Amino acid sequence: MNQDAVQAAAPPARTWHRPDAWRTGVVLTALVLALPVLVVFAHLFLPSTDVWQHLRETVLRDYVVNSLLLMLGVGAGVLLIGIPTAWLVSLCEFPGRRIFQWALLLPLAMPAYIIAYTYTGMLDFPGPVQTQLREWFGWGYGDYWFPEIRSLGGAMAMLSLVLYPYVYLLARAAFLEQSVCVLEVSRTLGNGPWAGFTRVALPLARPAIITGLSLALMETLADYGTVAYFGIPTFTTGIFRTWFGMADPAAAAQLSALLMSFVFVLIVLERWSRRRARFHHTSSRYTQLPRYQLRGWRRVAAVAVCALPVLLGFVLPALQLANWAAGTTETWMSAEFLRLVWNSLGLAAIAALLALALALFMAYGQRLRPSWSNAVAVRVAGMGYAVPGTVIAVGVMLPFAWLDNTVDAWMRESFGISTGLILSGTLVALIFAYCVRFLAVSLQTVEAALGKIKPSMDDAARSLGMPPNRVLRVVHMPIMRGSLLTALLLVFVDVLKELPATLILRPFNFNTLAVRTFELASDERLADAASAALAIVIAGIIPVILLSRTISRSRPGHDTAA
Amino acid sequence: MHPRLARLLILLLLALLGPIPATALAQGEVNVYSARQEALIKPLLDEFTEQTGIRVNLVTAQAGALLQRLRSEGRNSPADLIITVDAGNLHNAQTAGVLQPVRSEALEAAIPAQYRDPEHHWFGLSMRARPIMVVEGRVAEGEISRYEDLTDRRYRGRICIRSSDNVYNQSMIAAMIVAKGEAETEAWARGLVANLARPPRGGDRDQIRAAAAGQCDIAIANTYYLAQMLAGDDANDREAARRIRVIWPNQGEGDRGTHVNISGAGVTAHAPNRDNAIRLLEFLMSDASQQWYAEANQEYPVKEGVAWSETLERLGRFRADEINMALLGEYNARAVRLMDRARWR
Repeated sequence: MNQDAVQAAAPPARTWHRPDAWRTGVVLTALVLALPVLVVFAHLFLPSTDVWQHLRETVLRDYVVNSLLLMLGVGAGVLLIGIPTAWLVSLCEFPGRRIFQWALLLPLAMPAYIIAYTYTGMLDFPGPVQTQLREWFGWGYGDYWFPEIRSLGGAMAMLSLVLYPYVYLLARAAFLEQSVCVLEVSRTLGNGPWAGFTRVALPLARPAIITGLSLALMETLADYGTVAYFGIPTFTTGIFRTWFGMADPAAAAQLSALLMSFVFVLIVLERWSRRRARFHHTSSRYTQLPRYQLRGWRRVAAVAVCALPVLLGFVLPALQLANWAAGTTETWMSAEFLRLVWNSLGLAAIAALLALALALFMAYGQRLRPSWSNAVAVRVAGMGYAVPGTVIAVGVMLPFAWLDNTVDAWMRESFGISTGLILSGTLVALIFAYCVRFLAVSLQTVEAALGKIKPSMDDAARSLGMPPNRVLRVVHMPIMRGSLLTALLLVFVDVLKELPATLILRPFNFNTLAVRTFELASDERLADAASAALAIVIAGIIPVILLSRTISRSRPGHDTAA
Repeated sequence: MHPRLARLLILLLLALLGPIPATALAQGEVNVYSARQEALIKPLLDEFTEQTGIRVNLVTAQAGALLQRLRSEGRNSPADLIITVDAGNLHNAQTAGVLQPVRSEALEAAIPAQYRDPEHHWFGLSMRARPIMVVEGRVAEGEISRYEDLTDRRYRGRICIRSSDNVYNQSMIAAMIVAKGEAETEAWARGLVANLARPPRGGDRDQIRAAAAGQCDIAIANTYYLAQMLAGDDANDREAARRIRVIWPNQGEGDRGTHVNISGAGVTAHAPNRDNAIRLLEFLMSDASQQWYAEANQEYPVKEGVAWSETLERLGRFRADEINMALLGEYNARAVRLMDRARWR
């Protein structure tokens, strides 16, 4: 936004010591990060086998329809949960508000496939709830109706419960950042709380909400664990089936490419929704927002609306996990288990820091040197978020192995030394895969934050002779501190939960909590998997709580000097 | 990049790498890519290290993904041995050219011919059957004796089976295509789908649980799932499994026998530690290892003369379909398409 202003105000080129470092740097970085996605796309040009014909005739329609329905359902779900809760805790006063503020983020720590396992354990036909009902009423199979958890609707519910925090998080940050002037003007014009919400706050928060929504939807498209367990044919399950079952990687990659075109539409829609609009505030008069005091039934309703997602998305499944874990012998204090925790946290920390650095570089590069080619490169680099982890893993594996083998062949020929595999099968490959997969998260957060900084800030700093990288460090980064931490923590939690890429790219004898959980759960030993699953959840809680504190503090005019 | 950030990243990376040996290629090692999950193979590998002093390095993942890794790593792959939990993927590995033939008298003596590759690329390690399981009292004795019986109209809405995404179902259909041809198998699959009590979902245990709870009367599942439920700690599962009677299908004179599958292993084409890999294979075929499989995971030993677990003995003896396991892999893609056409989810 306001790119013309930035460009118009840019100093003449001779004050640059490296004239086009930003532009070429951004394009190159984006290309490297887009490599796995491009490798997948490249399969489109392989000769198409008759598998494709077969898919069109049989199951492709199911894949498309189910994936679309799932996106619609999850989209509606995350908006319906995320926006009202964000509005309530940001601008209304009711009992427990301070707790809900952070508790509403807790489901973020719950991997989707784990919540699917726990609810199935509780609610399916042989589970305790239905068994109890049958005992009480003497029913048998077919005598009563009970919602089927392992269905498309169930998958929508599961994914909505763990993905709504993206919308909540970004919507809440947006509500908090809204200048009090805007809301006061709205009040003086006679808008009550409801009208203020629908006519002023909501439209102003729209870019943030859509960013949250697109993150949730991309994660929905990439989900494999939940839909596979629920037996729903979608793009992701189709990709696996075509690839492994029919042993046809080309057709599987072509399916992936089709999936990515869905994502591209999403991204274009998001861009379009904020075309030409500017969302930075012109007034910087911030004071503590007066919250609406809720009374009577409104109070009760507010508490219920906020409590329900926390209960269903976190408390209940966590209790079920704890219950299962209590019955097993896995000891938390064993050296091996601590090693798993350490590996998970370490990987998550590295990937989060790297992804943030890359996102900052790319987003700021695009602000400095907006260009069509940059924009496309950055978009493509961010598409990894919607691609199933296994597909990304293969996209990483192929170029890395090619590089290693080429270097090895060259070294053998020239010096008679074999270098073997330098990058493949190391943590470097794995961390690279994480960056590819989760760049979108940090990128969108950083871009949104940068977009809210008035271009006149850049102009002022630059006119005082500051080089662009110092402007970023001294001016922008302190202003965006909250968003930067948000980006960091979101990627951290995502990596903690990541499974498929970790599984296939990790080095020998290297395990993480997610790997341990999956191995036991995939063997249908849910109870044994519970300890590791619970550890993921607990490890995820700490960053989630930090996240919430960051956002509360990010409110301009809050006691800290921003 | 910010210098402080760079330092922090490098430090973290080193801390993670610390306890991992820098190179996996030193002498006295063997590198294993395993589709069998860690908990079900590590104890045996540890025992191997104890006995021979050879260190075992392990990566576990799904077979298809491991195979992809092996292929892209090419001649520089560190892997010596690949272990899978089904025959189809062993066959895929062989056709992809990532395995090498191994001649070992010990292995050939221990493993019956149908459970290893005729060209010596891979060897079966353990076996499991996929019989029909019925709820005691809800299906009369002798009513069902063949897989083919399941398409009878009287079983409409009474059968539970998992999704056709699962490789055990794919192998079962592949074996049937070998025995009866594609057209007849497709008709059977359609008949089965028409009789399902619910759209396929969950794993094999879920089918057994659903049957015991009354959602269906008949389930198809692998033997070790039932046996593990019977011998496990979970009281609910134990009780559910006790209500199940196993029917060994297609046992009649001249009939093909009950469908079985194997877990197995093969030495990779460019194995840097080939000899150690063969030693490990031979160790996995020793009586003691075979016994461990049988006891710990409730699988059938492939080696003749090794005792079955008590739980498996109680399920009864049976005659297995004796087609060579390589055919399961060969017909897998056809099986998947057939199930797509039959609308088996």
